[in-house]
Amino acid sequence: MEAAMGLMRRMPPKHSETALSALLSLLPDHSSDLLSQVDQPLQVLFDEESGKEFILCEYNRDADSYRSPWSNKYHPPLEDALYPPAELRKLEIEANEVFAIYRDQYYEGGISSVYMWEDDNEGFVACFLIKKDGSKTAQGRRRHLEEGAWDAIHVIEVAPEEEGIARYCLTSTVMLSLTTDHESSGTFSLSGSIRRQMNMDLSVSEGHLCNMGKMIEEMEGKLRNSLDQVYFGKTKEMVCTLRPPSEVIMRLPDSTGL
Amino acid sequence: MAEEVELNPKQKKEIAKWFLLNSPAGEIQYVAKDLRLVLNDNEVYDEAVSESFPIYNKSHMICLQMPAGAGDVLVTSFGELGENEYLDPRTAQVAIVDHVKQVCTEVRPATDEELSSAYVEEFRSALDVEILKYAGEAYPKGVCSVYCTKGKEVEGPGFNFELVVVISACRLSPQNFCNGSWRSVWTIEFQDEAQVLEVKGKLQVGAHYFEEGNVQLDAKHECGDSTLFQAIYELLAKYMAFNLLGLDANKVVGIVIGRTILLDFSAMLLISILYMKLIVIPSPDDSAISISNILRHHETEYLASLEDLRRKLPVTRTLFPWHNTSQFSLTREITKELGIGK
Repeated sequence: MEAAMGLMRRMPPKHSETALSALLSLLPDHSSDLLSQVDQPLQVLFDEESGKEFILCEYNRDADSYRSPWSNKYHPPLEDALYPPAELRKLEIEANEVFAIYRDQYYEGGISSVYMWEDDNEGFVACFLIKKDGSKTAQGRRRHLEEGAWDAIHVIEVAPEEEGIARYCLTSTVMLSLTTDHESSGTFSLSGSIRRQMNMDLSVSEGHLCNMGKMIEEMEGKLRNSLDQVYFGKTKEMVCTLRPPSEVIMRLPDSTGL
Repeated sequence: MAEEVELNPKQKKEIAKWFLLNSPAGEIQYVAKDLRLVLNDNEVYDEAVSESFPIYNKSHMICLQMPAGAGDVLVTSFGELGENEYLDPRTAQVAIVDHVKQVCTEVRPATDEELSSAYVEEFRSALDVEILKYAGEAYPKGVCSVYCTKGKEVEGPGFNFELVVVISACRLSPQNFCNGSWRSVWTIEFQDEAQVLEVKGKLQVGAHYFEEGNVQLDAKHECGDSTLFQAIYELLAKYMAFNLLGLDANKVVGIVIGRTILLDFSAMLLISILYMKLIVIPSPDDSAISISNILRHHETEYLASLEDLRRKLPVTRTLFPWHNTSQFSLTREITKELGIGK
């Protein structure tokens, strides 16, 4: 399993789906571990009843069906399926509505879904998902990208509250891929995924949703900064080490002779 | 989950090869190590490894040290003589390579048949000297080689031949969680009949950064140019005017005027050196600069694209009012009620 995760860390992120299916076929006994540990580009289904799209993940899956957060129904329909308890479902509905507004303000488009379920320690877990397709053909306003996708997965474990304080453990993953293909400059692709964690003890006086939302907003801001500064910066730095920009090197003595 | 179909060894091997060949620069050994554990089948593993390593080594144009201080050799398809034999044209040696260990085990002198004719070698070595100088300046970790890939038996003017310039630079820094490689391949075709020099370049740059994640860059760029010998004659004439080469100006001018006459060896060599200095050398530089510019251009573009994917701040330019979310529900309920009211 460790070796499999090691392989996933080295394969080009744009091929992660191929890599995962290859690992699944090599290690059928570890399929559930692999599926829960390897982050994959998010898939989407259309919920006809609500007229909205929703995101698929391990947390809204039961057998081969996925539950829509909008209608609370499984697609395709499933008997004896698992549903969150009524209280939690209420919070889930609210979270989906608020998160959709948040998503629209930051992403100007995209799809979001929130799923909640009870955990074994009398607390609950919430999973916030966002998918934005920024390619030319989709919602990329500036039409720069041949392909561009931002997939964010935020999983928050909320421990049962004690004296008005609850502990929140957030694990966030952002998968980003950008490809351009210009005739003049050739193909150029940059893709990657990063994962970070954050723990906080917060008063629940303003409600769970407010606490979780603030944490996610802070985390997304941090991840976005890492992506654009550290990660894009790092790859650029690498290219500049391989071949320092010409301003740095001496001009070739012979090519200026004429 | 999905139906469990036991893979046959051939399918397993294909999967294993896919992983090996997709390894980032300098990481195939790590991938192989993990793969051995995942496969848990030494026979399949050995086969996959022995088939993939040679392909990977050649496509990444890895540089190996020859024993006993004999210098470095590039493992490329241009210098490939046999399965494990790679020519180093500069030292006229053949390196025997262990692909899986990625080491050079032995060196032997190249035979006459394996080397270019004296005629072509003059061009090759002259270009090699220039490229060595250029690569040394432009690529701190660069290794370069010039191969004759077509017409190496050509003994004199009147025939076509082809040289390939390879520059391979690699920087491995796993302790800093990053690896990268730069590969340039320049093909120079000497077309005697058409009196044309055709230059084609292929550049590929990759980088892998894997601290708390996995970010990979993959950039490719191709370019080409063809120059008539005539243009070189003109350059040659310019050179003569400045008497930079300290040669008998009359003789060279004679060559320049008598374009139709067959070139003698020294003129051809002169032209080729000039050509390299004036056209080939500046041109990889230009292309490399253009790739750096492309990178810079992409960087600004990416920042815009990133904004396209997720803004730094919401449209409202203030953080999201999470504490007021109850208001959202309230407003929504009001609008809902109004909606019903209508």
